[in-house]
Amino acid sequence: MINIALPKGRLGEKAYRIFEQAGYECPSIHEENRKLIFENPEKGVRYFWVKPSDVVIYVERGAADIGIAGKDIILEYEPDIYELADLGIGKCRMAVACKKEFCDTRDRTLRVATKFPHIARGYYNRISREIDIIKLNGSIELAPILGLSDVIVDIVETGKTLLENDLEPRETIVDISARLVANKVSYKFKNKEISAMCQALRAAQANK
Amino acid sequence: MNFSEGILKNDEYAIYKLRELYRQYGYSHYKVSKFEEYDLYARNKNFLVSENILTFTDTNGKLMALKPDVTLSIVKNVNGNDDAVRKLYYNETVYRTAAGSDGFREIMQTGLECIGTLGLYDVCEVIMLAQKSLSLIAEDYILDLSHMGFLTGLLEQAGICNEDTEGLLHCMANKNKAEILTYCTSRGIAADEIEKICLVTDLYAPLQEALPRIRPLVCGEKMEKAYEQLCSIQSMMQTYGNDTRIYLDFSMTQDMRYYNDIIFRGFLNGIPESVLSGGRYDSLLQRMGKQAGAIGFAVYLDRLEFLPTMRDTFDCDVLLTYEDGVRTEAIVQTVESFQRDGRRVLVQPGQTDMIRYREHVHLSTQETEGQNQ
Repeated sequence: MINIALPKGRLGEKAYRIFEQAGYECPSIHEENRKLIFENPEKGVRYFWVKPSDVVIYVERGAADIGIAGKDIILEYEPDIYELADLGIGKCRMAVACKKEFCDTRDRTLRVATKFPHIARGYYNRISREIDIIKLNGSIELAPILGLSDVIVDIVETGKTLLENDLEPRETIVDISARLVANKVSYKFKNKEISAMCQALRAAQANK
Repeated sequence: MNFSEGILKNDEYAIYKLRELYRQYGYSHYKVSKFEEYDLYARNKNFLVSENILTFTDTNGKLMALKPDVTLSIVKNVNGNDDAVRKLYYNETVYRTAAGSDGFREIMQTGLECIGTLGLYDVCEVIMLAQKSLSLIAEDYILDLSHMGFLTGLLEQAGICNEDTEGLLHCMANKNKAEILTYCTSRGIAADEIEKICLVTDLYAPLQEALPRIRPLVCGEKMEKAYEQLCSIQSMMQTYGNDTRIYLDFSMTQDMRYYNDIIFRGFLNGIPESVLSGGRYDSLLQRMGKQAGAIGFAVYLDRLEFLPTMRDTFDCDVLLTYEDGVRTEAIVQTVESFQRDGRRVLVQPGQTDMIRYREHVHLSTQETEGQNQ
Protein backbone atom coordinates (compact mmCIF):
# COMPACT_ATOMS: atom_id res chain seq x y z
CA MET A 1 0.00 0.00 0.00
CA ILE A 2 1.38 3.43 -0.97
CA ASN A 3 0.36 6.34 1.26
CA ILE A 4 -0.09 9.56 -0.68
CA ALA A 5 -0.33 13.03 0.88
CA LEU A 6 -2.26 15.48 -1.28
CA PRO A 7 -2.37 19.23 -0.60
CA LYS A 8 -5.86 20.50 0.22
CA GLY A 9 -7.24 22.85 -2.40
CA ARG A 10 -7.18 23.29 -6.16
CA LEU A 11 -3.63 22.01 -6.62
CA GLY A 12 -4.39 18.79 -4.76
CA GLU A 13 -7.53 18.20 -6.80
CA LYS A 14 -5.58 18.72 -10.04
CA ALA A 15 -2.86 16.39 -8.80
CA TYR A 16 -5.41 13.71 -7.86
CA ARG A 17 -6.81 13.83 -11.42
CA ILE A 18 -3.31 12.97 -12.72
CA PHE A 19 -3.17 9.99 -10.34
CA GLU A 20 -6.62 8.99 -11.57
CA GLN A 21 -5.51 9.18 -15.21
CA ALA A 22 -2.42 7.16 -14.33
CA GLY A 23 -4.64 4.33 -13.07
CA TYR A 24 -4.53 5.03 -9.34
CA GLU A 25 -8.13 6.09 -8.89
CA CYS A 26 -9.92 5.97 -5.55
CA PRO A 27 -13.65 6.59 -6.11
CA SER A 28 -14.41 7.10 -2.40
CA ILE A 29 -12.45 10.36 -2.51
CA HIS A 30 -15.39 11.98 -4.34
CA GLU A 31 -17.90 11.04 -1.64
CA GLU A 32 -19.07 13.93 0.49
CA ASN A 33 -18.26 13.05 4.06
CA ARG A 34 -15.84 13.93 6.83
CA LYS A 35 -13.45 11.08 6.21
CA LEU A 36 -9.79 11.99 6.22
CA ILE A 37 -8.33 8.93 4.56
CA PHE A 38 -9.43 7.31 1.29
CA GLU A 39 -8.29 3.90 0.27
CA ASN A 40 -8.40 1.71 -2.80
CA PRO A 41 -6.84 -1.63 -1.78
CA GLU A 42 -7.21 -2.96 -5.32
CA LYS A 43 -4.87 -0.29 -6.66
CA GLY A 44 -2.70 -0.32 -3.54
CA VAL A 45 -3.17 3.36 -2.74
CA ARG A 46 -4.28 5.36 0.27
CA TYR A 47 -4.84 9.12 -0.12
CA PHE A 48 -5.14 11.81 2.51
CA TRP A 49 -5.58 15.57 2.32
CA VAL A 50 -3.26 17.73 4.37
CA LYS A 51 -2.41 21.42 4.62
CA PRO A 52 -0.13 22.21 1.63
CA SER A 53 2.80 23.24 3.81
CA ASP A 54 2.51 19.99 5.81
CA VAL A 55 2.89 17.63 2.83
CA VAL A 56 6.69 17.64 3.04
CA ILE A 57 6.56 16.95 6.79
CA TYR A 58 4.33 13.90 6.29
CA VAL A 59 6.65 12.67 3.55
CA GLU A 60 9.95 13.38 5.32
CA ARG A 61 8.73 11.63 8.47
CA GLY A 62 7.49 8.62 6.51
CA ALA A 63 3.77 8.99 7.37
CA ALA A 64 3.28 9.40 3.62
CA ASP A 65 5.40 7.49 1.10
CA ILE A 66 4.86 10.07 -1.56
CA GLY A 67 3.20 13.47 -1.82
CA ILE A 68 2.53 16.46 -4.00
CA ALA A 69 4.23 19.63 -2.83
CA GLY A 70 4.82 23.05 -4.34
CA LYS A 71 8.45 23.93 -5.07
CA ASP A 72 7.94 26.99 -2.79
CA ILE A 73 7.31 24.70 0.20
CA ILE A 74 10.29 22.47 -0.69
CA LEU A 75 12.61 25.47 -0.94
CA GLU A 76 11.33 27.02 2.27
CA TYR A 77 11.60 23.93 4.49
CA GLU A 78 14.41 22.05 2.65
CA PRO A 79 13.14 18.62 3.71
CA ASP A 80 15.34 15.55 3.22
CA ILE A 81 13.18 13.91 0.54
CA TYR A 82 13.42 12.82 -3.09
CA GLU A 83 11.97 15.17 -5.66
CA LEU A 84 11.03 12.69 -8.36
CA ALA A 85 9.15 14.69 -10.96
CA ASP A 86 7.89 18.12 -11.94
CA LEU A 87 4.17 17.61 -12.55
CA GLY A 88 3.94 20.84 -14.52
CA ILE A 89 0.82 21.99 -12.67
CA GLY A 90 0.35 24.86 -10.22
CA LYS A 91 2.82 26.96 -12.18
CA CYS A 92 3.65 30.37 -10.72
CA ARG A 93 6.76 32.22 -9.53
CA MET A 94 8.28 33.49 -6.30
CA ALA A 95 8.90 37.18 -6.82
CA VAL A 96 9.79 40.44 -5.11
CA ALA A 97 6.96 42.95 -5.36
CA CYS A 98 6.53 46.50 -4.11
CA LYS A 99 4.60 49.72 -4.60
CA LYS A 100 4.98 51.02 -8.13
CA GLU A 101 6.78 54.14 -6.97
CA PHE A 102 9.23 52.32 -4.69
CA CYS A 103 12.90 52.59 -5.62
CA ASP A 104 15.47 50.51 -3.71
CA THR A 105 18.45 52.85 -3.33
CA ARG A 106 20.42 50.33 -1.19
CA ASP A 107 21.29 53.09 1.30
CA ARG A 108 19.36 51.48 4.15
CA THR A 109 18.18 48.10 5.40
CA LEU A 110 15.39 46.75 3.21
CA ARG A 111 12.24 45.68 5.08
CA VAL A 112 10.89 42.49 3.53
CA ALA A 113 7.48 41.04 4.44
CA THR A 114 6.97 37.40 3.52
CA LYS A 115 5.52 34.01 4.32
CA PHE A 116 8.80 32.51 3.08
CA PRO A 117 11.60 33.90 5.28
CA HIS A 118 14.10 31.19 4.30
CA ILE A 119 13.70 31.78 0.57
CA ALA A 120 13.77 35.57 1.03
CA ARG A 121 16.89 35.47 3.20
CA GLY A 122 18.66 33.17 0.73
CA TYR A 123 17.84 35.45 -2.19
CA TYR A 124 19.04 38.65 -0.50
CA ASN A 125 22.16 36.91 0.88
CA ARG A 126 23.10 35.98 -2.67
CA ILE A 127 22.92 39.64 -3.74
CA SER A 128 24.54 40.82 -0.46
CA ARG A 129 21.59 43.00 0.53
CA GLU A 130 20.99 43.72 4.19
CA ILE A 131 17.36 43.06 5.05
CA ASP A 132 14.93 43.00 7.94
CA ILE A 133 12.55 40.04 7.56
CA ILE A 134 8.97 40.53 8.70
CA LYS A 135 7.33 37.10 8.84
CA LEU A 136 3.60 37.25 8.07
CA ASN A 137 1.11 34.43 7.72
CA GLY A 138 -1.29 35.95 5.20
CA SER A 139 -2.43 39.12 3.36
CA ILE A 140 1.19 39.88 2.55
CA GLU A 141 0.16 42.55 0.01
CA LEU A 142 -1.04 44.75 2.85
CA ALA A 143 2.47 45.19 4.26
CA PRO A 144 3.91 47.69 1.73
CA ILE A 145 0.57 49.51 1.39
CA LEU A 146 0.46 50.21 5.13
CA GLY A 147 4.18 50.94 5.35
CA LEU A 148 5.00 47.79 7.32
CA SER A 149 7.57 46.78 4.71
CA ASP A 150 9.33 48.16 1.64
CA VAL A 151 8.85 45.01 -0.44
CA ILE A 152 7.21 41.62 -0.23
CA VAL A 153 8.49 38.22 -1.32
CA ASP A 154 5.53 36.14 -2.34
CA ILE A 155 4.00 33.84 -4.92
CA VAL A 156 2.79 35.58 -8.07
CA GLU A 157 0.47 33.69 -10.38
CA THR A 158 -1.19 36.19 -12.70
CA GLY A 159 -0.15 39.37 -10.89
CA LYS A 160 -3.81 40.48 -10.71
CA THR A 161 -3.93 40.82 -6.90
CA LEU A 162 -0.77 42.91 -6.98
CA LEU A 163 -2.14 45.14 -9.72
CA GLU A 164 -5.44 45.70 -7.91
CA ASN A 165 -3.48 46.87 -4.89
CA ASP A 166 -1.18 49.21 -6.79
CA LEU A 167 1.76 46.89 -6.44
CA GLU A 168 3.98 45.45 -9.12
CA PRO A 169 6.25 42.43 -9.36
CA ARG A 170 9.94 43.21 -9.79
CA GLU A 171 12.60 40.45 -9.68
CA THR A 172 11.65 36.78 -10.10
CA ILE A 173 13.44 34.65 -7.49
CA VAL A 174 12.44 31.21 -8.73
CA ASP A 175 9.79 29.50 -10.87
CA ILE A 176 7.38 27.33 -8.93
CA SER A 177 5.37 24.24 -9.86
CA ALA A 178 4.04 21.11 -8.15
CA ARG A 179 6.53 18.31 -7.53
CA LEU A 180 6.11 14.63 -6.86
CA VAL A 181 8.11 13.96 -3.70
CA ALA A 182 8.97 10.70 -1.93
CA ASN A 183 10.26 9.60 1.44
CA LYS A 184 13.83 8.37 0.96
CA VAL A 185 13.34 5.15 2.90
CA SER A 186 9.93 4.32 1.41
CA TYR A 187 11.53 4.73 -2.01
CA LYS A 188 13.93 1.92 -1.10
CA PHE A 189 11.51 -0.52 0.50
CA LYS A 190 8.64 0.13 -1.95
CA ASN A 191 10.87 0.77 -4.93
CA LYS A 192 8.96 -1.29 -7.49
CA GLU A 193 5.60 0.25 -6.60
CA ILE A 194 6.87 3.83 -6.44
CA SER A 195 8.91 3.54 -9.65
CA ALA A 196 5.90 2.09 -11.49
CA MET A 197 3.72 4.91 -10.15
CA CYS A 198 6.26 7.56 -11.28
CA GLN A 199 6.33 6.10 -14.76
CA ALA A 200 2.53 5.97 -14.97
CA LEU A 201 2.26 9.58 -13.75
CA ARG A 202 4.81 10.77 -16.31
CA ALA A 203 2.93 8.92 -19.05
CA ALA A 204 -0.38 10.43 -17.89
CA GLN A 205 1.23 13.88 -17.99
CA ALA A 206 2.65 13.30 -21.46
CA ASN A 207 -0.74 12.17 -22.81
CA LYS A 208 -2.51 15.29 -21.61
CA MET B 1 25.09 -13.60 34.18
CA ASN B 2 21.82 -15.07 33.04
CA PHE B 3 20.85 -12.75 30.20
CA SER B 4 17.27 -12.47 29.05
CA GLU B 5 16.90 -10.76 25.67
CA GLY B 6 13.15 -10.40 26.09
CA ILE B 7 13.42 -7.69 28.73
CA LEU B 8 15.77 -5.46 26.73
CA LYS B 9 14.66 -2.40 24.80
CA ASN B 10 15.59 -2.30 21.08
CA ASP B 11 18.67 -0.12 21.59
CA GLU B 12 19.91 -2.11 24.60
CA TYR B 13 19.51 -5.35 22.68
CA ALA B 14 21.35 -3.85 19.69
CA ILE B 15 24.29 -2.69 21.84
CA TYR B 16 24.66 -6.17 23.30
CA LYS B 17 24.45 -7.99 19.96
CA LEU B 18 26.67 -5.52 18.09
CA ARG B 19 29.41 -5.61 20.72
CA GLU B 20 29.42 -9.37 20.44
CA LEU B 21 29.68 -9.13 16.64
CA TYR B 22 32.52 -6.59 16.56
CA ARG B 23 34.51 -8.52 19.15
CA GLN B 24 34.24 -11.65 17.00
CA TYR B 25 36.20 -9.84 14.30
CA GLY B 26 38.91 -8.65 16.69
CA TYR B 27 37.65 -5.10 17.21
CA SER B 28 38.57 -3.76 20.63
CA HIS B 29 36.51 -1.40 22.74
CA TYR B 30 37.63 2.24 22.64
CA LYS B 31 36.36 4.75 25.19
CA VAL B 32 36.61 8.46 24.50
CA SER B 33 36.16 11.39 26.84
CA LYS B 34 32.75 13.07 27.06
CA PHE B 35 34.34 16.46 26.32
CA GLU B 36 36.72 17.66 23.62
CA GLU B 37 38.30 21.02 22.93
CA TYR B 38 35.89 22.98 20.74
CA ASP B 39 38.73 23.74 18.33
CA LEU B 40 38.71 20.14 17.02
CA TYR B 41 35.16 20.55 15.74
CA ALA B 42 35.61 24.15 14.57
CA ARG B 43 38.41 22.91 12.26
CA ASN B 44 36.30 20.06 10.88
CA LYS B 45 32.76 21.48 10.91
CA ASN B 46 31.85 20.02 7.53
CA PHE B 47 32.62 16.51 8.78
CA LEU B 48 29.88 16.78 11.38
CA VAL B 49 26.27 15.75 10.80
CA SER B 50 24.98 18.89 12.49
CA GLU B 51 26.84 22.19 12.82
CA ASN B 52 25.47 23.05 16.24
CA ILE B 53 27.80 22.19 19.08
CA LEU B 54 27.11 22.34 22.80
CA THR B 55 29.98 24.32 24.33
CA PHE B 56 31.10 25.43 27.78
CA THR B 57 34.13 27.12 29.28
CA ASP B 58 36.36 24.82 31.31
CA THR B 59 37.86 25.87 34.66
CA ASN B 60 41.10 26.83 32.88
CA GLY B 61 39.27 29.13 30.47
CA LYS B 62 39.40 26.76 27.49
CA LEU B 63 36.33 26.48 25.28
CA MET B 64 35.18 22.88 25.46
CA ALA B 65 32.41 20.93 23.71
CA LEU B 66 30.22 17.98 24.58
CA LYS B 67 31.22 15.72 21.74
CA PRO B 68 28.85 15.80 18.75
CA ASP B 69 30.80 13.02 17.02
CA VAL B 70 33.00 10.09 18.01
CA THR B 71 35.08 9.52 14.84
CA LEU B 72 37.01 12.80 15.17
CA SER B 73 38.02 11.97 18.76
CA ILE B 74 39.24 8.52 17.74
CA VAL B 75 41.10 9.67 14.64
CA LYS B 76 42.79 12.46 16.60
CA ASN B 77 44.21 9.97 19.10
CA VAL B 78 45.00 6.94 16.96
CA ASN B 79 48.33 6.88 15.21
CA GLY B 80 47.56 5.46 11.80
CA ASN B 81 51.11 5.69 10.50
CA ASP B 82 52.34 2.33 11.79
CA ASP B 83 52.00 -1.03 10.03
CA ALA B 84 49.13 -2.41 12.08
CA VAL B 85 45.53 -1.73 11.16
CA ARG B 86 43.74 -0.48 14.27
CA LYS B 87 40.27 -1.99 14.62
CA LEU B 88 38.14 -0.30 17.27
CA TYR B 89 34.52 -0.19 18.27
CA TYR B 90 32.79 2.27 20.56
CA ASN B 91 29.56 2.84 22.36
CA GLU B 92 29.20 6.51 23.20
CA THR B 93 26.75 9.31 23.78
CA VAL B 94 26.89 12.30 21.44
CA TYR B 95 25.12 15.64 21.66
CA ARG B 96 23.67 17.23 18.55
CA THR B 97 20.60 18.87 17.10
CA ALA B 98 18.36 16.89 14.82
CA ALA B 99 17.40 18.35 11.44
CA GLY B 100 14.38 20.59 11.82
CA SER B 101 14.62 20.72 15.59
CA ASP B 102 15.98 23.60 17.61
CA GLY B 103 17.08 21.73 20.71
CA PHE B 104 20.03 19.50 21.52
CA ARG B 105 19.53 15.79 21.97
CA GLU B 106 21.55 13.15 23.73
CA ILE B 107 22.08 10.34 21.24
CA MET B 108 23.47 6.89 21.93
CA GLN B 109 25.73 5.71 19.16
CA THR B 110 27.65 2.56 18.56
CA GLY B 111 30.05 1.98 15.71
CA LEU B 112 33.50 1.02 14.59
CA GLU B 113 36.56 2.48 12.96
CA CYS B 114 39.30 0.70 11.01
CA ILE B 115 42.43 2.85 10.67
CA GLY B 116 45.80 2.12 9.04
CA THR B 117 47.13 0.82 5.74
CA LEU B 118 43.87 -0.60 4.49
CA GLY B 119 43.54 -3.41 2.00
CA LEU B 120 40.50 -4.60 0.10
CA TYR B 121 39.81 -7.13 2.84
CA ASP B 122 39.53 -4.41 5.51
CA VAL B 123 37.09 -2.38 3.42
CA CYS B 124 34.94 -5.44 2.68
CA GLU B 125 35.04 -6.55 6.31
CA VAL B 126 33.66 -3.17 7.44
CA ILE B 127 30.90 -3.25 4.81
CA MET B 128 30.06 -6.82 5.80
CA LEU B 129 29.95 -5.78 9.48
CA ALA B 130 27.63 -2.90 8.56
CA GLN B 131 25.37 -5.35 6.76
CA LYS B 132 25.50 -7.83 9.65
CA SER B 133 24.80 -5.04 12.16
CA LEU B 134 21.58 -4.23 10.32
CA SER B 135 20.57 -7.87 10.02
CA LEU B 136 21.06 -8.36 13.77
CA ILE B 137 18.68 -5.51 14.53
CA ALA B 138 15.91 -6.34 12.02
CA GLU B 139 15.23 -8.82 9.26
CA ASP B 140 13.97 -6.31 6.70
CA TYR B 141 16.95 -4.03 6.04
CA ILE B 142 18.77 -2.44 3.12
CA LEU B 143 22.40 -1.36 2.88
CA ASP B 144 22.99 1.27 0.17
CA LEU B 145 26.44 1.81 -1.32
CA SER B 146 27.76 4.79 -3.23
CA HIS B 147 31.25 5.86 -4.28
CA MET B 148 32.52 9.42 -4.05
CA GLY B 149 35.42 8.56 -6.41
CA PHE B 150 32.92 7.44 -9.05
CA LEU B 151 30.86 10.62 -8.62
CA THR B 152 33.92 12.91 -8.72
CA GLY B 153 35.08 11.16 -11.90
CA LEU B 154 31.62 11.48 -13.46
CA LEU B 155 31.37 15.20 -12.73
CA GLU B 156 34.95 15.85 -13.87
CA GLN B 157 34.30 14.03 -17.14
CA ALA B 158 31.17 16.14 -17.65
CA GLY B 159 33.26 19.29 -17.16
CA ILE B 160 31.50 20.43 -13.98
CA CYS B 161 33.77 22.94 -12.24
CA ASN B 162 34.48 22.75 -8.49
CA GLU B 163 32.15 25.63 -7.52
CA ASP B 164 29.21 23.88 -9.18
CA THR B 165 29.88 20.44 -7.70
CA GLU B 166 28.15 21.04 -4.37
CA GLY B 167 24.96 22.39 -6.00
CA LEU B 168 24.80 19.52 -8.46
CA LEU B 169 25.42 16.88 -5.78
CA HIS B 170 22.51 18.42 -3.85
CA CYS B 171 20.21 17.92 -6.88
CA MET B 172 21.51 14.36 -7.24
CA ALA B 173 20.90 13.68 -3.53
CA ASN B 174 17.22 14.54 -4.08
CA LYS B 175 17.02 12.47 -7.30
CA ASN B 176 15.86 15.72 -8.85
CA LYS B 177 16.41 15.16 -12.56
CA ALA B 178 14.42 18.27 -13.55
CA GLU B 179 16.80 20.45 -11.53
CA ILE B 180 19.90 18.59 -12.81
CA LEU B 181 18.78 19.35 -16.34
CA THR B 182 18.27 23.06 -15.60
CA TYR B 183 21.51 23.28 -13.61
CA CYS B 184 23.68 21.61 -16.25
CA THR B 185 22.04 23.24 -19.28
CA SER B 186 22.59 26.70 -17.81
CA ARG B 187 26.29 25.84 -17.45
CA GLY B 188 26.67 24.63 -21.02
CA ILE B 189 27.20 20.94 -20.20
CA ALA B 190 26.86 18.61 -23.19
CA ALA B 191 23.53 16.77 -23.53
CA ASP B 192 25.09 13.29 -23.44
CA GLU B 193 26.93 14.13 -20.21
CA ILE B 194 23.70 15.42 -18.63
CA GLU B 195 22.01 12.18 -19.63
CA LYS B 196 24.79 10.21 -17.94
CA ILE B 197 24.40 12.21 -14.73
CA CYS B 198 20.62 11.65 -14.82
CA LEU B 199 21.07 7.90 -15.40
CA VAL B 200 23.48 7.60 -12.47
CA THR B 201 21.14 9.65 -10.24
CA ASP B 202 18.11 7.58 -11.17
CA LEU B 203 19.80 4.21 -10.69
CA TYR B 204 18.59 2.21 -7.71
CA ALA B 205 19.15 -1.53 -7.90
CA PRO B 206 20.84 -4.42 -6.09
CA LEU B 207 24.62 -4.10 -6.48
CA GLN B 208 24.90 -7.20 -8.63
CA GLU B 209 22.25 -5.93 -11.03
CA ALA B 210 23.46 -2.32 -11.01
CA LEU B 211 27.12 -2.95 -11.89
CA PRO B 212 26.55 -4.09 -15.50
CA ARG B 213 24.23 -1.11 -15.96
CA ILE B 214 26.88 1.44 -14.98
CA ARG B 215 29.70 -0.28 -16.92
CA PRO B 216 28.98 1.61 -20.20
CA LEU B 217 29.12 4.92 -18.31
CA VAL B 218 32.60 4.35 -16.89
CA CYS B 219 35.13 6.72 -18.37
CA GLY B 220 38.47 7.96 -17.03
CA GLU B 221 40.81 6.73 -14.31
CA LYS B 222 38.72 7.72 -11.26
CA MET B 223 35.54 6.05 -12.48
CA GLU B 224 37.46 2.98 -13.66
CA LYS B 225 39.13 2.57 -10.25
CA ALA B 226 35.86 3.06 -8.40
CA TYR B 227 34.05 0.61 -10.68
CA GLU B 228 36.70 -2.06 -10.12
CA GLN B 229 36.46 -1.54 -6.38
CA LEU B 230 32.67 -1.88 -6.45
CA CYS B 231 33.05 -5.11 -8.44
CA SER B 232 35.53 -6.47 -5.88
CA ILE B 233 33.16 -5.54 -3.05
CA GLN B 234 30.30 -7.28 -4.83
CA SER B 235 32.39 -10.42 -5.27
CA MET B 236 33.48 -10.38 -1.58
CA MET B 237 29.93 -9.84 -0.40
CA GLN B 238 28.89 -12.87 -2.42
CA THR B 239 31.62 -14.82 -0.64
CA TYR B 240 30.16 -13.68 2.69
CA GLY B 241 26.91 -15.09 1.41
CA ASN B 242 24.42 -12.26 1.74
CA ASP B 243 24.55 -9.66 -0.98
CA THR B 244 20.91 -9.48 -2.01
CA ARG B 245 20.12 -6.61 0.34
CA ILE B 246 23.03 -4.45 -0.80
CA TYR B 247 21.97 -1.76 -3.28
CA LEU B 248 23.80 0.81 -5.35
CA ASP B 249 22.50 4.36 -4.98
CA PHE B 250 24.67 7.19 -6.30
CA SER B 251 22.17 9.77 -5.07
CA MET B 252 23.77 9.18 -1.68
CA THR B 253 26.61 11.66 -1.33
CA GLN B 254 28.96 12.95 1.33
CA ASP B 255 31.28 15.92 1.70
CA MET B 256 34.10 15.43 -0.81
CA ARG B 257 36.60 17.17 1.49
CA TYR B 258 36.44 14.17 3.85
CA TYR B 259 35.01 11.23 1.95
CA ASN B 260 36.90 10.15 -1.16
CA ASP B 261 35.87 6.57 -1.71
CA ILE B 262 33.14 4.11 -0.78
CA ILE B 263 30.26 5.42 1.38
CA PHE B 264 27.22 3.54 2.69
CA ARG B 265 24.01 3.94 4.65
CA GLY B 266 21.71 1.40 6.27
CA PHE B 267 17.92 1.44 6.53
CA LEU B 268 15.35 -0.63 8.39
CA ASN B 269 11.79 -1.03 7.16
CA GLY B 270 9.56 1.08 9.39
CA ILE B 271 12.14 3.73 10.32
CA PRO B 272 11.86 6.78 8.03
CA GLU B 273 15.58 7.71 8.12
CA SER B 274 18.92 5.95 7.98
CA VAL B 275 20.01 4.04 11.08
CA LEU B 276 23.59 3.44 9.97
CA SER B 277 26.01 5.70 8.16
CA GLY B 278 29.62 5.22 7.19
CA GLY B 279 32.33 5.36 4.61
CA ARG B 280 35.99 5.67 3.86
CA TYR B 281 37.42 9.00 4.98
CA ASP B 282 41.16 8.98 4.18
CA SER B 283 40.98 12.71 3.41
CA LEU B 284 40.16 13.50 7.04
CA LEU B 285 43.31 11.71 8.17
CA GLN B 286 45.36 13.56 5.60
CA ARG B 287 43.97 16.86 6.88
CA MET B 288 45.20 15.78 10.31
CA GLY B 289 48.67 14.99 8.93
CA LYS B 290 48.31 11.19 9.04
CA GLN B 291 49.31 9.08 6.07
CA ALA B 292 46.82 6.27 6.49
CA GLY B 293 43.44 5.12 5.37
CA ALA B 294 40.29 4.93 7.50
CA ILE B 295 36.83 3.47 7.16
CA GLY B 296 34.06 3.12 9.71
CA PHE B 297 30.41 3.54 10.49
CA ALA B 298 28.03 4.54 13.24
CA VAL B 299 24.70 3.01 14.22
CA TYR B 300 22.15 5.55 15.50
CA LEU B 301 20.62 3.65 18.37
CA ASP B 302 18.07 6.34 19.27
CA ARG B 303 16.29 5.72 15.96
CA LEU B 304 15.59 2.12 16.93
CA GLU B 305 12.86 3.42 19.24
CA PHE B 306 10.61 3.53 16.16
CA LEU B 307 11.05 -0.18 15.46
CA PRO B 308 7.99 -2.27 16.14
CA THR B 309 8.68 -4.31 19.22
CA MET B 310 7.04 -7.07 21.23
CA ARG B 311 6.27 -4.50 23.89
CA ASP B 312 4.27 -5.89 26.79
CA THR B 313 0.76 -4.49 27.02
CA PHE B 314 0.68 -5.22 30.76
CA ASP B 315 2.71 -3.64 33.57
CA CYS B 316 2.65 -6.94 35.46
CA ASP B 317 1.13 -10.40 35.33
CA VAL B 318 -0.31 -10.32 38.82
CA LEU B 319 -1.49 -7.31 40.74
CA LEU B 320 -1.34 -8.35 44.38
CA THR B 321 -3.34 -6.28 46.86
CA TYR B 322 -3.79 -6.98 50.54
CA GLU B 323 -6.13 -6.16 53.36
CA ASP B 324 -4.94 -4.15 56.34
CA GLY B 325 -3.57 -6.51 58.92
CA VAL B 326 -2.18 -9.13 56.53
CA ARG B 327 1.20 -10.25 57.80
CA THR B 328 4.22 -9.10 55.71
CA GLU B 329 5.56 -12.68 55.70
CA ALA B 330 2.35 -13.85 53.99
CA ILE B 331 2.74 -11.19 51.27
CA VAL B 332 6.39 -12.20 50.70
CA GLN B 333 5.47 -15.88 50.43
CA THR B 334 2.68 -15.15 47.91
CA VAL B 335 4.97 -12.92 45.80
CA GLU B 336 7.67 -15.59 45.74
CA SER B 337 5.25 -18.33 44.77
CA PHE B 338 4.06 -16.33 41.74
CA GLN B 339 7.66 -15.50 40.79
CA ARG B 340 8.60 -19.18 40.91
CA ASP B 341 5.96 -19.67 38.18
CA GLY B 342 7.77 -17.02 36.09
CA ARG B 343 5.13 -14.35 36.66
CA ARG B 344 5.77 -10.66 37.34
CA VAL B 345 4.10 -9.48 40.54
CA LEU B 346 3.35 -5.92 41.55
CA VAL B 347 2.31 -5.38 45.16
CA GLN B 348 -0.04 -2.46 45.84
CA PRO B 349 -2.12 -1.57 48.90
CA GLY B 350 -5.26 -1.40 46.74
CA GLN B 351 -6.58 -1.83 43.22
CA THR B 352 -5.91 1.04 40.80
CA ASP B 353 -6.75 1.94 37.18
CA MET B 354 -3.20 3.19 36.65
CA ILE B 355 -1.81 -0.33 36.42
CA ARG B 356 -2.42 -2.77 33.55
CA TYR B 357 -2.42 -6.37 34.84
CA ARG B 358 -3.43 -9.81 33.65
CA GLU B 359 -4.75 -11.09 36.96
CA HIS B 360 -5.74 -9.52 40.26
CA VAL B 361 -5.14 -11.38 43.54
CA HIS B 362 -6.32 -9.97 46.87
CA LEU B 363 -4.96 -11.26 50.16
CA SER B 364 -7.35 -11.14 53.11
CA THR B 365 -6.43 -11.58 56.78
CA GLN B 366 -8.88 -14.45 57.09
CA GLU B 367 -7.32 -16.33 54.17
CA THR B 368 -3.70 -15.83 55.28
CA GLU B 369 -4.47 -16.67 58.92
CA GLY B 370 -6.24 -19.85 57.75
CA GLN B 371 -3.18 -20.85 55.74
CA ASN B 372 -0.97 -20.12 58.74
CA GLN B 373 -2.95 -22.48 60.96
